[in-house]
Amino acid sequence: MKKPLIASILAFATLVAACGGSAPAATGTPGTTASAASADPCGVPVKGKCPTEAQNVTGAGATLPGPLYTKWIDQYNQLTGVQINYQAVGSGGGIKSFTDKTVDFGASDVPLTDAQFDAIPGGLYMVPMALGSVVPTYNVPNVTATIKFSPEALAGIYLEQIKKWNDPKIAAENPGVTLPDLAITTVHRSDGSGTTGVFTDYLSKISPEWKTKVGSATSVNWPGGVGGSGNAGVAGAVKNQPGTIGYVELIYAIQNKLGYGVVKNSGGKYVDASLDSTTKAADGFVSPDFGNLKGQAAKISITNATGADAWPISTFTFLLLPKDFSDKSKGLAILRFAWYGTHEGQAFAKDLGYGPLPSAVQKAAEDALRSITSGGVKLLKVNS
Amino acid sequence: MTRSIDRAFAAGVAGLAMLVPLTLMAITVLVLIDSWPALTTFGLSYFTTTEWDPVKLIFGAAAYVYGTLVTTIVAVLLATPIAVGAAIYLTEFAPRAVRAPVAFTIELLAYIPSIVYGLWAIFVMVPVMRAVVEPDLQATLGRLPVIGKLFSGTPIGLDLLSGGVVLAIMILPILMAVSREVLLAVPPTQREAMIGLGATRWEAVSRAVLPYARPGIIGGAVLGIARAFGETMAVTMVVGNSSRDISGSLFVPGYTMASAIANQFVEADSELYFSAIVEIALVLLLVGIIVNAVARVLIRRSIADRPAGAVV
Repeated sequence: MKKPLIASILAFATLVAACGGSAPAATGTPGTTASAASADPCGVPVKGKCPTEAQNVTGAGATLPGPLYTKWIDQYNQLTGVQINYQAVGSGGGIKSFTDKTVDFGASDVPLTDAQFDAIPGGLYMVPMALGSVVPTYNVPNVTATIKFSPEALAGIYLEQIKKWNDPKIAAENPGVTLPDLAITTVHRSDGSGTTGVFTDYLSKISPEWKTKVGSATSVNWPGGVGGSGNAGVAGAVKNQPGTIGYVELIYAIQNKLGYGVVKNSGGKYVDASLDSTTKAADGFVSPDFGNLKGQAAKISITNATGADAWPISTFTFLLLPKDFSDKSKGLAILRFAWYGTHEGQAFAKDLGYGPLPSAVQKAAEDALRSITSGGVKLLKVNS
Repeated sequence: MTRSIDRAFAAGVAGLAMLVPLTLMAITVLVLIDSWPALTTFGLSYFTTTEWDPVKLIFGAAAYVYGTLVTTIVAVLLATPIAVGAAIYLTEFAPRAVRAPVAFTIELLAYIPSIVYGLWAIFVMVPVMRAVVEPDLQATLGRLPVIGKLFSGTPIGLDLLSGGVVLAIMILPILMAVSREVLLAVPPTQREAMIGLGATRWEAVSRAVLPYARPGIIGGAVLGIARAFGETMAVTMVVGNSSRDISGSLFVPGYTMASAIANQFVEADSELYFSAIVEIALVLLLVGIIVNAVARVLIRRSIADRPAGAVV
């Protein structure tokens, strides 16, 4: 007789405890969850696990946003348990893997060429995630002041036309600085890289001669100089060799405490490279249709931007997402992740050396994410 | 019963043995297919022009071939005398207690991963090359007519000479091991006869031992060349990776075929660009096969009649 009594008391106590708790979830008792049921767990903003999203997705692409994506992936994993494997193989590698469908999503700092767009039958969205920038770093002995570079000087140096540090084209912009009679050795990335893509895109905009002679791409036919592999290779060559100038990502220069020069922007103002001046390069950026960029590559370039305080060698970094996911559960996980990155994830950008998206671009990214489908049905549901 | 087991066993190991040549064939065919667009587009100009422009899609690999040849020649010229000298010492002069440890140490060099050589080269060797070796060479040999041209330009440390020096260190072990092997294979009667005639050690080594071992030593050098040709990582880190022109100086940044592949294949985003890079691989593969075949013939010729008494 005693046992059932104890059991029923325990059961009663459990029920009271469950109803008394403020959390409406997980009691299993019908009725108690009804009040909170309006929020779809698979909608965004991302609040927690979604039963229908894939637990494993892979992506590959640009190295520039690598540290930021790693942070987002870690945070998203803590929220949802989803494992996202991102391989920072470079923008070109990302485009290739995405086209070959060996990964679920790609990433790139540079726009695709028309031929690359044509190779992706279902089409794709390039969704901006954050901003990065490239800075000139140099090694000129006995010069402590920050050297100022006009666009003409920078192009002249990389075209191997300005051969000495005390060339009038550099000296004129740096009154009061004693520049040595030292040969300039230019350093570039020997591996194909989105960083090179951004830098040569900038040079092509400010120098017609660069545009016709060299052009812009992730690897180009450099007029001269030394090639170093990766940011580290370039920075190492510059550090070791007096008279050198190279270009690295701002985040790399900050992390490794490299000094870098200032560059005159299109408004004629010398601006320090910083996260703020990077984000300012996207001020007034008119978002194109991110799902229809073929032949429109120039529209997503923000080098040589017009803003008064804009850093001229800045870029968006993009996720490459198919317009229509063949795998619904993977699509859902990736879109939720991208939403997380473009919203909550932006809070981490500055700490890691990236410029956060301006709100207008964030809105445009939202629109792009919301239009992506699987089997013709839109995937993302935004909870109010 | 046992017979059928034997037969099955023989067939099994024969199959395993066939896998290796089949793999080589498969690789060759694949590389040929992938490089076809570049082969047909550029033909011979691929080997005679130096313009490598991924933007305009014009590809000429002459500068890469040149960089590979120059670094390899520098490496073999530096490494061969050291390797042969060390091998003579170890086989002819060294006390027995010294032979094994020294030989072992030199051969250990072969087991160091090339990235480690590269790191050492970039942090230790390159600054020394730039600040000491290259200015000194320029001040001495650089003043001579004709060969002075080899040492012209600004010493920057990241250049063809540095690439060659790293390669020299990397091919030392194989050169040393092969030289030692062929010197040991020289019949003792050769030296004994010379010394019996009243020759000095120098005369015995230079007139009797070395001529006998010469094909084998050359074979070792050819194997070294094969290794230097394909070596990638360490060279890439110090060679400068820039291929504008063929200037004749060792003090200019260069590019080798293997580093060009390593640097560029990931971002080779158009079919023609990718195919041009695969064509470099095709050239490397063919050269590697030819060079190894030559080396084998030479070494075999020198060891073939090793007498029973010779101990390794």
